[in-house]
Amino acid sequence: MTEVDLADLRFEEGAHLLLARALGRVAVGEEIAVRGRTPDLDIHLRAWARAEGHGFGLLDGGAGFALRRGPAQSARWQGAEQAGRPDPALPGAVVNQPPSHWGLAARGATVEAGALDFRFTLAGKSQLWADEAARLYAQAVASQWNPHTAVDWNASFELPEEVEDAVVQLMTYLIENETAALVVPSRFVAQMHPHFREVLQLLAIQAADEARHIEVFTRRATLKRDRLGLSTVGGQASLKTLVDEPDFAVASFLLSVMGEGTFLTLLRFLERHAPDPVTRAVTALAAADEARHVAFGVAHLRESALADPFLLERLAASVHRRHEALRHTAGLNQEVRDALVLLAAGGWEHKQLRLGSLRVAQLLADMDVGRRNLLRRLGFDDERAAALSGLHTRNFM
Amino acid sequence: MSHAGALLLGAVAYDPKVVAIWDGFREYFAERGLDFDYVLYSNYERQVASHLAGHIHVAWNSPLAWLQTEAAAAKLGRRAEAICMRDTDRDLRSVILVQQGSPIHEVGELAGMRVGVGAKDSPQGYLLPLDLLAQSGLNVGRDLSVVPFDVLLGKHGDHIGGERLAVEALTRGEVDAACILDGNYLAFAQAGLLPSGSARVLARTALYDHCNFTVLDDAPAEQVARFRELLLEMSYADPKIRPLLDMEGLKQWLPGRTEGYLPLAAAVERFGALQPFLAELGL
Ligand SMILES: [Fe+2]
Ligand SMILES: [Fe+2]
Repeated sequence: MTEVDLADLRFEEGAHLLLARALGRVAVGEEIAVRGRTPDLDIHLRAWARAEGHGFGLLDGGAGFALRRGPAQSARWQGAEQAGRPDPALPGAVVNQPPSHWGLAARGATVEAGALDFRFTLAGKSQLWADEAARLYAQAVASQWNPHTAVDWNASFELPEEVEDAVVQLMTYLIENETAALVVPSRFVAQMHPHFREVLQLLAIQAADEARHIEVFTRRATLKRDRLGLSTVGGQASLKTLVDEPDFAVASFLLSVMGEGTFLTLLRFLERHAPDPVTRAVTALAAADEARHVAFGVAHLRESALADPFLLERLAASVHRRHEALRHTAGLNQEVRDALVLLAAGGWEHKQLRLGSLRVAQLLADMDVGRRNLLRRLGFDDERAAALSGLHTRNFM
Repeated sequence: MSHAGALLLGAVAYDPKVVAIWDGFREYFAERGLDFDYVLYSNYERQVASHLAGHIHVAWNSPLAWLQTEAAAAKLGRRAEAICMRDTDRDLRSVILVQQGSPIHEVGELAGMRVGVGAKDSPQGYLLPLDLLAQSGLNVGRDLSVVPFDVLLGKHGDHIGGERLAVEALTRGEVDAACILDGNYLAFAQAGLLPSGSARVLARTALYDHCNFTVLDDAPAEQVARFRELLLEMSYADPKIRPLLDMEGLKQWLPGRTEGYLPLAAAVERFGALQPFLAELGL
């Protein structure tokens, strides 16, 4: 018979661990012998065995105590399920439709039967998954920057009043759009089955990216001013269609592909024409992050489109619907457009303004080219891509 | 759903989880064709009286409620039966704790001391340990200063609040000894409420049994038999049942037995604990 000598180890000092280990090594119904010198050992042993469903008895001749293994510990794990595997590259690691009772269990954990059902409305692999999510997440983690140190906030510069105003107006507009980009994926994260861990992680870090974008744009705007610029009905109407979109595929298409795709071009434009080093630094940092956001949007929608032949049509319809909804709104506010021209112009000379206007026209054309490329990567043909790109919101996001 | 033919059980609501437990069991019985329902009482005395009056068929009784039912039934020329109990209802023990460094080493030395006890109607926290002291020759009323920690009177100590308070008073030195159930001694030690080695057992009661399902002789025999059979069949391996068993604190239901109530019967006899209740029933 297995013997456990507890010597002077008390129950509350971990004696029960030794007992549980020894009982785990014998078959149900078999006994182990227990000895020990602590006072009241028999009292604790009996109470513990009773609570755990083990039998308790005395060994002959006062030689100690006997515990008989009860069935409860093994019964608890009957019918338990293996919730996939941790490494997504292994076969069967990520299942197509994880059951809702796997809940928050780590992927790869053994899940006790009888767990309660969680309500994760996004639980289909084909809706969410992209094999690239893990790689993009790792890249995002490695690329995190500290707003405090990544930007030289003390760089000395002095801009003409109107140019500073233009920068503040652009920052005000960017903050509003970054806020939409934070809110939209965050809402969906809470609805996703955590089995798709890498997607959750990626969207979480994406939201954190947007939090930093909001921070650095706010800091740039308030570097020389204590008031921000204008927020318009038209701009918010455009963003509200994103925030209100209930469908994950449609929302990530409109936000990450069409919106952030367009924004990427805008941020690179601002970086190039920035009138001061701080504006240049913050837009460059944000652009690097946005490239990742766009990459995931394209990757998972391309995989979804392969699994769902009707997806592209749904996405196309969403662009039309949004275009209709925003038809009578102003789109990009005039102040933002003027600020872009002024920054690209670099001064008030006729020649400069003419050049600035040309550059903004070229920006719009570049945005269109960028969107068409992304649409083609999702599987739209050239003609379709051109038509859909042309219907994109004039607010850019 | 017809309610007329349901087997009706009474239980005491000592904790909100009682609703979840009996709702779950009700579903288990329904799935197996037994029409079953339950009624909750706020105290055992009302439940026992109601049982005797025929309002319920089965009572989930504390050991004191069992003795109350058995005694009242006997006076009425009727018979009570304990049909089923938890595995954890068998062979319990109460202990009387003192601080490790206490000068008290024998029960007799508790004379003139303050003894913390649980609810006055608690078999494990009051009746059985004080009976143990009385057996050792102490006159509980005269020799001891009994410090009651009455929490939820009428619940017969099902709620462990009283025992917890008694132990806290012991660690603060406000009482010289505290009376608690062995399982609570272990739980309090493991939870750190009693720091390791800070207390020792001065005395221990004999082993005794705790709750049971009680029926009276007019209970519908076939339904009661089916009820008991389904209880005994409940398996800890069943994921729908396991959370209910965990809440109710058992791994397995066992047949009822009554010899485990002899120590408590002796204690209530000594303290006259049944008389006021029987008198209230006019018995
Ligand atoms: Fe952003
Ligand atoms: Fe973004």
